[in-house]
Amino acid sequence: MDRRRFLTSTGAVLTLSAAGSLAAPSILRAQNAPIRIGLMAPLSGVVAAGGREIVEGFNMFWEERDNSIGGRPVEVIVEDDAGNPDTSLQKARRLVEQEKVDFLFGNLLANTGLAVANYVKDNGTPYFIPVIAADDLTQRQRIRNVIRVAGYTASQMPRPLADWALKQGYKRVATVAQDYAFGHEQCAGFAQVFSQGGGEVVGQLWNPLNTADFSPYIGQLASMNVDAIFAMELGADASRFMKQYSDFGLKGNIPLLGAQNFTDQSVIRTLGEECEGIVSSAHFAEGSDNPETRKFVETYKARYNKLPSLYGFSHYSGALWVAQVIESLNGDISNREAFIDAVLASELPNSPLGSAVKFDEYGNPVYDVYIRKVEKNADGQYWNVPIETYPQVSQFWTYDPEEYLKQPVFSRDYQGIKQ
Amino acid sequence: MFADKVLRNNSRLLIGLVTILVVFGSLPLITSNYQVSVANEILIFAVLAMSIDVLAGYAGRTSLGHGAIFGLSTYVVIYWTSVMGGSAWSGILLGIMAATMLAAVFGLLAARVSGVYFLLLTLALGMIVWGVTLRWTSVSGGENGLRGVGRPALLIDPVTFYYVTLGIVLAISILVWRFVHSPFGLTLRGIRDSESRMASLGFGTPLHVFIAFTMTGVFAGTAGAVYALFNNFVSPSTVQLSQSVEGLLMAIIGGIGTLFGAFIGSAAIILLENFVSQYTDRWQMVLGLMFIGTMIFFPEGVLGAYRRLIRGGGKRKKQFKVEE
Repeated sequence: MDRRRFLTSTGAVLTLSAAGSLAAPSILRAQNAPIRIGLMAPLSGVVAAGGREIVEGFNMFWEERDNSIGGRPVEVIVEDDAGNPDTSLQKARRLVEQEKVDFLFGNLLANTGLAVANYVKDNGTPYFIPVIAADDLTQRQRIRNVIRVAGYTASQMPRPLADWALKQGYKRVATVAQDYAFGHEQCAGFAQVFSQGGGEVVGQLWNPLNTADFSPYIGQLASMNVDAIFAMELGADASRFMKQYSDFGLKGNIPLLGAQNFTDQSVIRTLGEECEGIVSSAHFAEGSDNPETRKFVETYKARYNKLPSLYGFSHYSGALWVAQVIESLNGDISNREAFIDAVLASELPNSPLGSAVKFDEYGNPVYDVYIRKVEKNADGQYWNVPIETYPQVSQFWTYDPEEYLKQPVFSRDYQGIKQ
Repeated sequence: MFADKVLRNNSRLLIGLVTILVVFGSLPLITSNYQVSVANEILIFAVLAMSIDVLAGYAGRTSLGHGAIFGLSTYVVIYWTSVMGGSAWSGILLGIMAATMLAAVFGLLAARVSGVYFLLLTLALGMIVWGVTLRWTSVSGGENGLRGVGRPALLIDPVTFYYVTLGIVLAISILVWRFVHSPFGLTLRGIRDSESRMASLGFGTPLHVFIAFTMTGVFAGTAGAVYALFNNFVSPSTVQLSQSVEGLLMAIIGGIGTLFGAFIGSAAIILLENFVSQYTDRWQMVLGLMFIGTMIFFPEGVLGAYRRLIRGGGKRKKQFKVEE
């Protein structure tokens, strides 16, 4: 097409569509106008691999629904947040103010999510956060329009693992975790339950993000005379830790327990037998034999040629959750407050987990949490297989929410350990 | 007569100010709120780039610590308004003061070195600030950062806030311009061209560099304080090395030693970040290519190249050097 033809044809299309939209009654236009969703994910920077899986999981859902919901087409606008809070804010502003999205979704790192949450607090745009796990967003600093659909709090998942560890007869445990809020909170969930159940947390090591060499940490861990080690590492740190743990001969001598991201599919996909046998806890296990989960894992594998990670799963489920609410409203989400109310009152009956998921009173989902073990499947790939289930685990575990919220936020200095 | 002389001596300043006023001043009339917020960010970062340019272009010292000075001011404003419950106005003053003090400390340590050593020392000092914000969780909120309480009621409208920013930026531009064109600024340029000669003429060169460094703390601190009101959020990424590097890149792309080039550099980088990223995930590659292109084809920056062209001479001006 030459330039002139292009200009005339575009001109004609523009005139027609302008005339069409002017002529159509305004109600009809609102009903058939696309629902615009702004999805932010780190597509560059250190967590780019996880970011891509966010987009994959999210898109997979909308492709299954032919990009339409409640009679309205759906447009997903993807933005790269670069894993940086300042960039995330820029992109959130663009999506809301320029692209006029109906709601926002996504982000991976807690600091990017917190930055965006603070932005939408002022303008009321609904913002859904399936993997932003900062405890306080559903505890001490709730924001009504920031909703954790298909998400979790950081300290929620490791608690059942601590209970399980006590039942295995482990008395002395050491922890090693990445030195930032997500690490502090996950580690605290484990340390609190373990120490209150009569166990002893002998030592806690904190390594900076992107630790190239774990030998000083592993050396210390080896000399602590413990029954088990709890590790919370993400991404490349996790692979490096597992490799070195095995190289130093600790694997097989001291049992290794992990936070959910430690043995996530995004990490163990590229690993060999050094990851075998590690026990972790999470609401999702790609090796579960639940038929719903099986179906999801098979579809994902057929579509992207790899097993789904927590990131992909969470955004698939998050999209499913919100889509069902939009369907129940017949596609009309023009009343933002009513939409937020409907989401908060909703539950996810048919999640790929195979069981219904509900919010607790504070807007955090309650899950049946699996204790999972890394095993080799029939195709020779490693995956997480459930070995035990803790039903209905909330972010408050067995504590009274009001009492619980009186304690300070978890940090390096406050791990909730009972002396 | 007098007015005539002032005009003649400051014609570049006037051209710069009028251009900024016309270009940035008319933006809100023709663009959406989002584009105004992008322009706002450009203005803020232009001031950061300008503060780096004072040292790089006039004192011959390339700093990689100004992102930290900028970000400290942001931290102080947010901490003061959200944790201490203070007002934004006193917060801004405190932020600028904190940044100036930090710059004075940096200056004290770095005034006696130049070239690559200056670069490395300021880099290390900036990294310390970053490390502290990351580790001192009880105060800085660690990796998660601090969330602000929003702008004061007077500035809540984005367009009003934009014009206030523009006013502050113009005022700072005049201040910076007067600063580098004063006799003090001339001495700085002397130090840039030959430190040993200036020293043998009896100038206390480290003292001059120290004062210049401290003054740039005021400029960068002001930018950081406005950024706090703009972003309403701060985390270690605001003080990290890449912030300093970005500021320096903006100064280089616009033209080292041109001051107003900072606006061009800031616009180029922020527009790229915001608009190229809509079309490709590889926007950082585009940024890198643009930077390499600038270095090869006009190392004196956009404004520097433009000035060379209108002077008509094909000869390149003395280039900005890192090592000396």
